[in-house]
Amino acid sequence: MSETGQRGEPRELRVKPIRNGTVIDHIAGGQALNVLKILGISGTTDATVSVVMNVESGKLGKKDIVKVEDRELLEEEVNRIALIAPAATINIIRDYEVIEKRCVDLPEEIVGVVRCQNPSCISNTSEPIRSRMLVKAKNPVLLRCLYCEQPLTDKIADYLI
Amino acid sequence: MFNKRHVLSMREFSREEIDSVLDLAASLEPYARGKKSETLSGKILALLFFEPSTRTRMSFETAMKRLGGSVINLGPAEGSSISKGESLADTVRVIGGYADALVIRHPKEGSARLASEFSPVPVLNAGDGAGHHPTQTLLDLYTIKKESRLEDLSIALVGDLKYGRTVHSLAYALSLYGADITLVSPPTLRMPEPIKADLSSKGTAVRETCDLGEVISGVDVLYMTRIQRERFPDPVEYSKVARSYRITPEFLAKARENLIIMHPLPRVDEIAPSVDETPHAKYFQQSFYGVPVRMALLKMLICGGD
Repeated sequence: MSETGQRGEPRELRVKPIRNGTVIDHIAGGQALNVLKILGISGTTDATVSVVMNVESGKLGKKDIVKVEDRELLEEEVNRIALIAPAATINIIRDYEVIEKRCVDLPEEIVGVVRCQNPSCISNTSEPIRSRMLVKAKNPVLLRCLYCEQPLTDKIADYLI
Repeated sequence: MFNKRHVLSMREFSREEIDSVLDLAASLEPYARGKKSETLSGKILALLFFEPSTRTRMSFETAMKRLGGSVINLGPAEGSSISKGESLADTVRVIGGYADALVIRHPKEGSARLASEFSPVPVLNAGDGAGHHPTQTLLDLYTIKKESRLEDLSIALVGDLKYGRTVHSLAYALSLYGADITLVSPPTLRMPEPIKADLSSKGTAVRETCDLGEVISGVDVLYMTRIQRERFPDPVEYSKVARSYRITPEFLAKARENLIIMHPLPRVDEIAPSVDETPHAKYFQQSFYGVPVRMALLKMLICGGD
């Protein structure tokens, strides 16, 4: 399978196919920049990164796509994306071919990605610890801070570290 | 049945684990009253209270000493390493090297959990901000078991159900016993929705009302809490609410004969002193039960297992 249409005809692509790397598809419209944040990809990255936002999608209405060249994202890295883009699909590309395609699945615990919303929580101090969120439900996402046990359901993107 | 390394939150207790603590506490009651014990002889308990406390701190100290152990104290925070900016993590690592267990009270929620990650010895949470106070809940359950019953219990939790941490943990623990819970509070101090949702998800029947008179004849336990003046911007509104949740002997005329009244103390006006003489008053007994319950926890954590 390559980055072409079902009959082998080239799709109308806004961004050209990548040779090697990872394509994250079916990100809910408008969430691509948060996906980059979760992956730790900032403006200072050396990687070639393409971001397509708000393209039409039969499944999602509007979707975003992120392509990261020459980097095959690890499963634990991409699974964190499910926090804000539970429908995202991950395509690992080698020599223009999709060699692996998988859905994202939240792990039982998310470490160092989401800040606790409770200002009185010990995890929001200068103590030498990282935030730890337990995933109590996946759809809709319900997180619970391991430290203060406060739940976090709404606006998870606002609390990304 | 009990193989915990730390006591941090009631959420981590199964009903069987609670029962094993309560059973051991019952067997330790004679020692809590003064019978000699050397069970923890040579062991040291460190008390790290970063917030003022009288009864919890003294009750832990008593529990340790009744078991033959000794106690070291952090002392006033301003004279300690904390004022020099040391992290809680470092403090716990250092003091954990001096003692066989740590008791911690700290203003930040989740601080006991953090302490448990860095401490080389067991940690007992004695209250972390508005978070948890599991040893209070265990002594509350012990009181209910001793003075009333834990099975088929009908209980009213009364007063400040919004900010009062003891009632949150207690309601959660009672849900493990299938209790029928009535929440009695002014509208502004209702129990937070996530806690109520948690109780409902465990199949616990929860009713809410503002009117204490409505429930007094149908409950086995009245669990009173203090309504703090500072929660009300309007002093008139405060005194109106405080009056409506004041227990007097006259108010108890319609109560069940075996009703017990509990209170985590200190009380202010919510229970008239004349109620103390009635057979319903169990709050001083409740306060004493903190000793055998904490003795049980110390023995389990320091000696291991049950």
